[in-house]
Amino acid sequence: MNIIITISITAFIVLYAGLFKANKALLPLTVVGLLTALGFTFCAWNGNAVHFGMMQTDNFALAFSGICIIGTLLIFLLTQNYFHAKSDNIAEYYTLILFALAGMIMMVSYKNMAMLFVGLEIMSVSLYILAGIRKKDFASNEASLKYFLMGAFSTGFLLFGITLIYGATGSFDLDKIQAYLVNSQAISPIFYPGVILMMIGLSFKVGAAPFHFWTPDVYEGAPSLITTFMSTVVKTAGFAAFLRLFAGALAPLHDFWAAPLMVIVCLTLFIGNVTALFQKNFKRMLAYSSISHAGYLLFSLIVLTKNSGNNVLVYAAAYTFASIIAFAVLILVKQKTGSDSFESFNGLAKRNPLIALCLTVAMLSLAGIPLTAGFIGKYLMFLNVMTEYKTLLVAFAILNALVGFYYYFRVIAAMWFKDGAETELSAPAQYKVVLLVSVAITLILGIYPAIILNLI
Amino acid sequence: MEQLLLLIFLPLVGAIITAFAGKSAKIVSTVFSVVSLVLTLVIAGNFIPNASTQFEVNLPWIADLGINFHAGIDGISMLVVLLTNLLVPIIILSSYNHQYKNPAAFYALILFMQCGLLLVFTALDAFLFYIGWEAALIPIYFICAIWGGKDRIRINMKFFVYTIAGSLFMLMGIIYLYLQNPAHNFDIQAFYALNLDSAQQGWIFWAFFIAFAIKMPIFPFHTWQPDTYTAAPTQGTMLLSGIMLKMGIYGVIRWLLPIVPAGVHDWGQVAIVLSIIGIVYASLIAFTQKDAKRLVAYSSIAHVGLISAGIFAFNQQGMQGAMVQMLSHGINVVGLFFVLDIIFSRVKTNKIEELGGIAKVAPQLALTFLIIVLGTVALPGTNGFIGEFLLLMGVYNYGIWAAAIAGLTIIFGAVYMLRMYQNVMLGETNSLTITFTDIKGTEKLVLYTICALIIVLGIYPKPVLHLTEASVQHLLEQVNQKLNTVK
Repeated sequence: MNIIITISITAFIVLYAGLFKANKALLPLTVVGLLTALGFTFCAWNGNAVHFGMMQTDNFALAFSGICIIGTLLIFLLTQNYFHAKSDNIAEYYTLILFALAGMIMMVSYKNMAMLFVGLEIMSVSLYILAGIRKKDFASNEASLKYFLMGAFSTGFLLFGITLIYGATGSFDLDKIQAYLVNSQAISPIFYPGVILMMIGLSFKVGAAPFHFWTPDVYEGAPSLITTFMSTVVKTAGFAAFLRLFAGALAPLHDFWAAPLMVIVCLTLFIGNVTALFQKNFKRMLAYSSISHAGYLLFSLIVLTKNSGNNVLVYAAAYTFASIIAFAVLILVKQKTGSDSFESFNGLAKRNPLIALCLTVAMLSLAGIPLTAGFIGKYLMFLNVMTEYKTLLVAFAILNALVGFYYYFRVIAAMWFKDGAETELSAPAQYKVVLLVSVAITLILGIYPAIILNLI
Repeated sequence: MEQLLLLIFLPLVGAIITAFAGKSAKIVSTVFSVVSLVLTLVIAGNFIPNASTQFEVNLPWIADLGINFHAGIDGISMLVVLLTNLLVPIIILSSYNHQYKNPAAFYALILFMQCGLLLVFTALDAFLFYIGWEAALIPIYFICAIWGGKDRIRINMKFFVYTIAGSLFMLMGIIYLYLQNPAHNFDIQAFYALNLDSAQQGWIFWAFFIAFAIKMPIFPFHTWQPDTYTAAPTQGTMLLSGIMLKMGIYGVIRWLLPIVPAGVHDWGQVAIVLSIIGIVYASLIAFTQKDAKRLVAYSSIAHVGLISAGIFAFNQQGMQGAMVQMLSHGINVVGLFFVLDIIFSRVKTNKIEELGGIAKVAPQLALTFLIIVLGTVALPGTNGFIGEFLLLMGVYNYGIWAAAIAGLTIIFGAVYMLRMYQNVMLGETNSLTITFTDIKGTEKLVLYTICALIIVLGIYPKPVLHLTEASVQHLLEQVNQKLNTVK
């Protein structure tokens, strides 16, 4: 509870600071606010408190809150001079991102489906505005409109699903729903479509195929920093919400929803990877690869074990930090060259070896090479599904991972093996901090993942 | 125990220091590789040649997942560790007449790869083995793709995706074994003790075999090899052919045979047939090559095919032959590629027909090259002879026809290698080779060392045979025993 209050208050303070043109104070204020929220997250650890029957800050919620807050913090550090170049009213950016974060904290810790809906809407509405915040830019407007229409549509699915489940069980509370599933002799027939509709609604939000069509356009059209936020932190929160519902309350019904989920996973993996392969634009490639990662993340729900939640946590952490590196470098390169095609990365190793090295680690992690966090994430997913000996499914995922190697290594090849413009590319100090922190986390989780394996 | 940790991680420390050494990277990396070699010799001196695992390290790493840092050395490991740490300084020394751009990165990657290789060759935990397997691949990918020749990006992408495809399916097999293991860990002894039925063993066999076959490479998984060898910088080719392909062979011996003996029993015949097809096929293609480097690349496929056939023949002679031949092939092939590199650095070509008469102007090079070629074609008195003789004996015990066809490798090999030697070194000098200068400095040091090893091991191979004998014996007994219980 303290976490949400802190973040919301920070958001208001930042808004007022913007009103009084205290632009220099925005970032320090935000950072202090987020660090305080992070502090509350640590304090609440193992507390397992229930707040008014609506939210439960168990370790699952706190771990995901922690990742979301750290991710947001790193993204804020990347804002240096970024928003200034785009708009005068930069306080809006800060406030909206903070509101979105508050919504996400609700999404990862809800105990009542009403809270899920409220959190999701707080987050989504902030994001609709953020995607379109470059008012004069056509692509940004398009992204915002698309995102809004698709988002509203998916919210409809979600609400309908919630209603049907309420109709069957008479409650929004996750524990009561689970109790209903375990105890009732015959489950009401309207419960099942409710589950499917909720699955569709949430799949929209996390960008899983075949409900992924908005992702590439929105990611490409939105300002890069907002894209970073959407594809990392927002996605992580979406998966936490997914997991809280399906691995928690709906777990007794696993036999029913595992089959449609499997279809979604296979489609997501295949479409994400194969389409990413044909992209010529780095940002679009990352958008499609984020779809494929959604597939790996949902992988852990196909076979529910006691580790499923933790596996998603590890994978989401690995993916978040690697993606932050990738987008940070993309922003730098785009500022310098004005393009985000693969060619603009040519010869990056000569222009700035440190940045190239960081991006290489990120790509290795996204591809899943040992000694990076991404490998541990993928390994846990494969291990999880292999416990029920679904060998063919794992083989399918492996084939997709191979496709992934190809397009991630194309970036590495461009940076190290090709010659490009010889212009120096320098990184501001804050970018260096973000890059090095993310690289350090990626490598530490890859070499000694024991620190994160038993969090939940 | 500390010795083994030092042995594995010294190259890693070396790699990190070399990366920051700037212009003196060459010297720093040489020092580290030589110190590693000395350390290896000390360990080999303290090694008691029996079947036991020595210098064992077993530290918890990721306890929740049952992953331990478990490594140790037995006779078979000792041999490949010796080979690795012997070849790395030779390979580094052989680069002295090159001026690679960004040398710090180049030498750091070589040492980093050495660390990965040592992990593979000493790991007694399947997860650790897999980590080492990939850790050796990443540096060589960068070495080949940064400092390589024409079309290097496409070729190395093929090489990389090919090898990683194999290893991912191996990872799937490893996870399967882990789940079957009631103790839920990756310990090699626990894997040996598993009781799998023949269907399970069958698919695990393929999951592992394809990974190893791609690495060696065995026909039909070899298509990445000639291009990669040709496009790589010479040191990259040496690392690939001299050491890296032994990862595949070692994997078969350490992991495949003892874990799935019934799988090997059922499918080993296919492996032998593929190996023998590879021998003949690669030899025939080697005949037609115009580029000496490609010729050596194909000859390498033929030699590895024989080693693999000898292993899958599964008897004492074949196995011991494979041991000796791993060492000999590593030394010889590095020598061959070095000679070709020397020629290329002088006249900028490796095309056989453009060369000729080099022996007249460079007698020392001609002599050393001759010794290496003779070693490669297995002339009695050279190191190649012992290995190939034992391998053929092993294959003969398996089947006469198999041995008859596999034996062609010696005849074919002699023909194409000697013809290559004749065309390159003998005859009249032409306008290109007339200004050829003889070997000097480190070139001399490297080539004479290699020649000395070829002759010494050829005349007195007993230390090598003795080193691995007990371990090989133990392996055979262990596998046969397990095979009997499955039936």
